[in-house]
Amino acid sequence: MSPQFEIQLIAVIVAVSCALPGVFLVLRKMSMMSDSITHTILLGIVLAFFLTHDLSSPFLILGATLIGVVTVWLTETLNRTRLLSEDSAIGIVFPLLFSIAIILITRYAGSVHLDTDAVLLGELAFAPFERLVISGLDLGAKSIYISGIILLLNLLVILIFFKELKLVTFDPMLAAALGFSPVLVHYSLMTLVSLTAVSAFEAVGSVLVVAFMIGPPVTAYLLTDDLKSMLILSGAIGAINGILGYQAAAFFDVSIAGSMAVVTGMIFCLVFIFAPRRGLVSALRRRKLQKTQFAQKTLLFHLYNRESGDHGSPENGIRPEQLHLNWSQGFTQQIVKSLEKNGCLHFDGHSLELTEEGRQTSICNYEELFQ
Amino acid sequence: MENKTTLDYVVEVEDLTVAYDAKPVLWDVDLKIPRGRLMAIVGPNGAGKTTLLKAMLNLLTSVSGVIRFLPGETGDSPKNKIRIGYVPQSGSVDWDFPATVLDVVLMGRYGLLGWVKRPGKNDVAIAKQTLEKVGMEKFSSRQISQLSGGQQQRVFLARALVQEAEIYFMDEPFKGVDAQTEKAIVQLLKELKAQGKTVVVVHHDLQTVADYFDWVTLINLRVVACGPVKEVFHEENLKTVYRSSGALLKSRV
Amino acid sequence: MEALVMLLNDYTFQTVALGSAILGIISGFLGSFAVLRKQSLLGDGVSHAALPGVVMAFLLTGSKNTEFLLLGALLSGLLATLFIVQIVKHTRIKFDSALALILSVFFGLGMVLLTYVQKIPNSNQAGLKRFIFGQAATLLQRDVVLMLVCGTFLLALLVVFWKEFKLFTFDSDFAQSIGFSPRKLNLLLSFMIVLAIIVGLQTVGVILMSAMLIAPAVAARQWTNKLFVMVMLAAVFGALSGIAGTTVSSLIPKLPTGPCIVLFISLIVLFSLLFAPERGIISRIYRHRQTKLALQVERR
Repeated sequence: MSPQFEIQLIAVIVAVSCALPGVFLVLRKMSMMSDSITHTILLGIVLAFFLTHDLSSPFLILGATLIGVVTVWLTETLNRTRLLSEDSAIGIVFPLLFSIAIILITRYAGSVHLDTDAVLLGELAFAPFERLVISGLDLGAKSIYISGIILLLNLLVILIFFKELKLVTFDPMLAAALGFSPVLVHYSLMTLVSLTAVSAFEAVGSVLVVAFMIGPPVTAYLLTDDLKSMLILSGAIGAINGILGYQAAAFFDVSIAGSMAVVTGMIFCLVFIFAPRRGLVSALRRRKLQKTQFAQKTLLFHLYNRESGDHGSPENGIRPEQLHLNWSQGFTQQIVKSLEKNGCLHFDGHSLELTEEGRQTSICNYEELFQ
Repeated sequence: MENKTTLDYVVEVEDLTVAYDAKPVLWDVDLKIPRGRLMAIVGPNGAGKTTLLKAMLNLLTSVSGVIRFLPGETGDSPKNKIRIGYVPQSGSVDWDFPATVLDVVLMGRYGLLGWVKRPGKNDVAIAKQTLEKVGMEKFSSRQISQLSGGQQQRVFLARALVQEAEIYFMDEPFKGVDAQTEKAIVQLLKELKAQGKTVVVVHHDLQTVADYFDWVTLINLRVVACGPVKEVFHEENLKTVYRSSGALLKSRV
Repeated sequence: MEALVMLLNDYTFQTVALGSAILGIISGFLGSFAVLRKQSLLGDGVSHAALPGVVMAFLLTGSKNTEFLLLGALLSGLLATLFIVQIVKHTRIKFDSALALILSVFFGLGMVLLTYVQKIPNSNQAGLKRFIFGQAATLLQRDVVLMLVCGTFLLALLVVFWKEFKLFTFDSDFAQSIGFSPRKLNLLLSFMIVLAIIVGLQTVGVILMSAMLIAPAVAARQWTNKLFVMVMLAAVFGALSGIAGTTVSSLIPKLPTGPCIVLFISLIVLFSLLFAPERGIISRIYRHRQTKLALQVERR
């Protein structure tokens, strides 16, 4: 496997494993918790390093994951005091833990090169250099396997506990009433998030983890209403972001992680504008259509009422001004023309007259709306 | 029988249509509110009552329609613009905000002061007097999070009253309040009417419409009826609005 | 003690301490409104989003003058805020998700630009990095003067539009009903919050800025029910942390300034949450016990 391929493979694996728990974060309005965790992970790494004095010890991953969960716990404890809002709690806990980490690093680990750049950005470019060698066989970059395991873990947990996760996300109280512990599910999810963030962070750095965890899910959120589809779409979009991002970075010779984040943004932008139903273009078009449709219905109602009112059925039709519709000249013309095209009325340039079809349509509309 | 054409109207609504997504909430609403009346807006839940209020206050965008406010002949409001006092539902605000009762009521004076100017002694005096009127003068330095539902409602009321407005819009002011507060509010409404003010109230309790109000609008997506309570608030119209048998209301109506 | 006296007379220390104090004051003032508007994490978001602006400014002007970099940061931050608002307005995506998205995308863009800059010969981007980590110790006098000017400007706006901000933050619907345009106020307030964040960025850096915006306000809220007192107290807490943090980090070797400041403000917050009269946790537990006792006595 070429290094380029390995890098993209890692990117895809990491992207998908981040997107999956990210869906739940977005739906539970806990997106910023991902930002919080990815920053406090550093403290976990530092503390574990102090215990093991070994930068490649697996304890580092454990320590970081643990601190991630502790971050969540601290935030929620703070939140439970009801003295401050949830987002305030997040914004107080993680800077504190991060500061402690920085202080510890600067004071006691100065000799060890814990590059703060790597903290924020990771460096995927170096991933191919750490290889997994078993009995002399080079099986590829170590990161592939580590992130692969995490991906499998994510898939397993979400597949097995799909209905519990779904229930707790959308109706925690019902979940509790049915005997599922929302707290257990919650902390399990957060542990998964934490673990995923740690493994991803090594490859792509803090900030990109947020992009991978939140970007694809919010993009998918604009495309579907179904949880399963959202999960699949998020994974797919994440993978695309990873590959395209790498290609762009290789082409322009810039930061890989940053490039992937930018691509995430661009894809979101595209979906934001062009998504069917929820996209901007779609929404604008719908609004315009609605305005016209409502106006058409209104005009027909007014005509119908006029006809069957105390004026009886006028032989000469009704002039538009008589309807007291507060529309501009141009708009009235537009509506009249469209109704003419539908065969709902006649306009001889002077007065309006409903056709039989127009009457039927009017009655149908009325029943639809008011019954 | 009042001849409609000689009535002096303070608000005119024409062709108001409001929709959320594809569903219309208000349809082609035509409404004329005569000056100096206490008008109730009633209808089933989701009928568009609060939406109508908010649309009249320009707090949301409509698909179509025109809303006109007509200042009276004695209108001494600046730039001949009519002053509107708004009493929203108490759930619309974060009551943990650091403010006292007096703070909140004083905010009602801000509209009269305009940009930048600070409230003066006169404004504070008026605020305190108004608090007395709603029976909350003892609470003027109380933090608003420590108030009961009824007390919060009265604070909102006072906030609207200090504006010395010509027309008041209230959104379910009687909902969930204790009997004492309810009496106080009714008393206030009577006083406002005596001063020639117009009050428009989204009201949830059909039983008390005839007691408290002299004008009523029955609305459910569109206006079913609008007029004096005696003329318009009867079983047939109620049936149409609520599309139910209306048997529950036989005793009162 | 001697070390302390020597320190207080040291010019560099005075500069940094002053800068940190100003940061604390500004963060306290504007942070109060951010917190009350339930936009606490805007600080985190905007500080991350400021990065591309900083690098762009450097790319376009070739200078590392703080004014230019801050201007770039400001524009970038404002753009990010605009995007977040539009996303929330036009889709069902909530504020926190939009914030996380924009924050990471913009920061990623910043990193892309940074690595691009790295390839340009003769460009030393060490000065740019300090926006990420904050290097209060490298504050120059002109930086502090800039902070002072911005701070005064923000304070003036706060004073002039105090009642409008108070009203709008509490009940924007009512504000609109009495004739104040919520759009204008929203824009102005958002602009001020973003400016406050950008100005403070060079002291504590991107990651810690959110604490400076949130913690002083949260701490102050526990001690008072009046908005004016809360804002003032938040400023005091912010300034205290700034000065204390700078002092301690200057006295003890190998202690970076930014994290020290955050440590102090975190301590103040925790202390406030625990020990404030009425709202504080200890006070609540005490009252709870008293009520329980009183009930027990009654029952007998």
